[in-house]
Amino acid sequence: MTSPWKELRERFPEQVRSVAEPVSGQFTVLLNGPDATAIVRHLLAERQARLVTVFAEDRVNAEGVFYNYYLFDRPGDPAWVMLKAPIPADHPAFPSLAAELPAVNWQEREIQDWFGLEATGHPNPRRVALHDNWPDVHPLRKSFPLDTVLAPFEGERHVYRPTHGEGVFHIPVGPVHAGIIEPGHFDFAVAGEPILYLQLRMFYTHKGTEKLFENIPIHRAVFLAESISGDSAFSHGTAFCQAIEQAAGIEVPARAQFLRAILLELERIANHFSDTGAIANDVGFVIANAHAGRVREMVVGLNEMLTGSRVLRGMVAIGGVRRDWQRAQVEAIENTLEVVEREYRDLVAILQSSNSTRERLEHTGILRPDKALMLGIVGVAGRASGVDLDLRRDHPYEAYRHLPFSVPVYQAGDVRHRLQVRIDEVGESIQMIRAAAAHLPDGPHRAPAQPIPPDRCALSAVEGWRGEIVHWVRTGDGNRLERCKVKDPSINNWPAIVEAVEGNIVADFPVINKSFNLSYSGTDR
Amino acid sequence: MFKILQKTLSVGSATAGYPRVAPHLAEQFRGCPEFDFDLWSDARPAADACPTGAIAVRDCDGLRQVSVDYGRCIFCGECAEASGDGAVRMTRQFELAATDRRDLVLTAEYTLHPDGSHAGLQTTTSDPGAEEPGKRIEAAIHNLLGRSLSIRQVDAGSCNGCEQEIVALNNPVHDIERFGIHFVASPRHADMLLVTGPVTRNMELALRKTWAATPDPKVVVAVGACGISGGIFGTNYASLGGVDAVIPVDVYVPGCPPRPEALLYGILLALGQVRQRMSFHPHR
Repeated sequence: MTSPWKELRERFPEQVRSVAEPVSGQFTVLLNGPDATAIVRHLLAERQARLVTVFAEDRVNAEGVFYNYYLFDRPGDPAWVMLKAPIPADHPAFPSLAAELPAVNWQEREIQDWFGLEATGHPNPRRVALHDNWPDVHPLRKSFPLDTVLAPFEGERHVYRPTHGEGVFHIPVGPVHAGIIEPGHFDFAVAGEPILYLQLRMFYTHKGTEKLFENIPIHRAVFLAESISGDSAFSHGTAFCQAIEQAAGIEVPARAQFLRAILLELERIANHFSDTGAIANDVGFVIANAHAGRVREMVVGLNEMLTGSRVLRGMVAIGGVRRDWQRAQVEAIENTLEVVEREYRDLVAILQSSNSTRERLEHTGILRPDKALMLGIVGVAGRASGVDLDLRRDHPYEAYRHLPFSVPVYQAGDVRHRLQVRIDEVGESIQMIRAAAAHLPDGPHRAPAQPIPPDRCALSAVEGWRGEIVHWVRTGDGNRLERCKVKDPSINNWPAIVEAVEGNIVADFPVINKSFNLSYSGTDR
Repeated sequence: MFKILQKTLSVGSATAGYPRVAPHLAEQFRGCPEFDFDLWSDARPAADACPTGAIAVRDCDGLRQVSVDYGRCIFCGECAEASGDGAVRMTRQFELAATDRRDLVLTAEYTLHPDGSHAGLQTTTSDPGAEEPGKRIEAAIHNLLGRSLSIRQVDAGSCNGCEQEIVALNNPVHDIERFGIHFVASPRHADMLLVTGPVTRNMELALRKTWAATPDPKVVVAVGACGISGGIFGTNYASLGGVDAVIPVDVYVPGCPPRPEALLYGILLALGQVRQRMSFHPHR
């Protein structure tokens, strides 16, 4: 089959050095220099491609250059295409795309902070991943040791843009919040009740994760992947293992693929129940939260029975899963789902019975579809705002090509519809788990262990409950990694909150924030 | 309204009743590993397999010192799998909270053979050392806080895994309010800080300020492997490690994440309402 990506060489002979497909379905387009602008424009405008993520790699020791990677996909095509743009070490800069493509705003600044590559022409080139008082270091350069000791933090983290006007003032919130949630700083500019402008400061939980991946053996790194975002431990763990499996050419047994799919859906159900309850709670509907919390306990109890961990840790492994299931465990799935499904119907009925709840959720925190598309919003938040993306359908992995499901998509983009997407997805997930459990193939649950060959690159993408998780790895010598890029859906979606809160009252911020429920740790790594 | 009442009546009470009633644990639940130091012929495979460095082997002067730190352990079970001799066994034990960090560390000393194997268990001890004065929570604080406790949770860099289980303490099944314990929105209203980690460089200042804003007497509980020791993240350019690297800690709650009952056990231990299980006495 000839791929349309191969013609890029003929179309851009000046810029493109080669097109290769090192892993089936993953094309790499190597450029001659750091300027990817013309090809990016072409892919977006003429190929209807979508820019998934932008990231960098330090190959100065090995090849004398840095690389910037631009990952794309396009509707109806399960292949991925990655532009690979070399950046000379003696002139560490690349042309920014952020002015025409707001979706890459933060990701380009991350590259600036972590690699010291200047995003030339970026409309807001200030630091994002390192707070303002950090010394002039670039932690993801190979010359920066993981255990570098930096002086304690003091002084200014970030200077917020001032807002002027009669009766306009700022409300600073965080990083320690009122609820049991992760740390981040929100600076609201308000005029009375309505929010004029929200500025965010993330990366409070930055703990050197991507750097740490380069410093530990791969078998330990699986557990690190589980700690990228604790509510998505299984999704991130699976994404990491898949990337290694792709790179090493490890065939995952069919049974393991089904077990993984079941657990991925259980993670989705547990988190959607939590969020459903929390959204209700944030508008004062406490009883719905109580029921949601109770049902979530049933789901995590099943998790514990299937994996030994309520939150699905220590289960996924390179080549499959660590433990197989006995018949009694598979039967427990069906028995639990039956109760969970009944409880879920009751919960939805209770939620819908309350007009005052609907009143609070409808038309609150609207993210318009055109904005969602422009900002590159993914996952639950995207699907509630007309962005019809779901990796399980678009780039099927594990057992998903055998499981029937539909993808709920709404246009309204308010809190109510972000809740509705979750409600619909719980129903779909229950059916998918049933189908997977009923057709569970026999055979091994894990491929035999084998050494991971060095210098192989591969990516993997998993639709976590929150949205699109992407891992990209380059393997190194001695079962180690040269690089592991982690993209949590949260890094895409924070700008959506800024957009969605505008004009809403401060009192609605908690429920708007909860309806996105983004991972701070997944963002900050 | 009728639907809500009907549902409430049909559900009845959902609360599980721990610690009065033993918790319902799945047969497959992984608590902490247990070590038979007499039987353990070689600790090195387990140390290699351990993702967080909770098992450490040190050879010196013809002796091999093996230490096991439950404050780093994530209960993954890799050590039990790697030790072919059956000396490491996963248990369903989760009541591991301790008031002294040293109570979580076990050390064994063996005679070292020239071929790298070992034999002859010499001693097994928890890390020795006299009790630091003022480290244990005074009975006076127990009296003061024992009947009603306000907790401010602080995420000082966690992956959000511990937070999920802390949130679960508030659901009807675990229902922490039955002990007169509730979570509050401000450190100024709090008696206890329930802190998860690892403490990041970017959260150090916020954690110090939150601690300073909490009125005395106050109790600090460090939650999870990362909150105790930095866990899998350890210390690096962005992570300072455990909570006690920044503020004094009264109770340590192992786990990754600790299940809600384990958290409850740790909180009740801080209040003097349960007795500490975890402490190692000389084995020989």
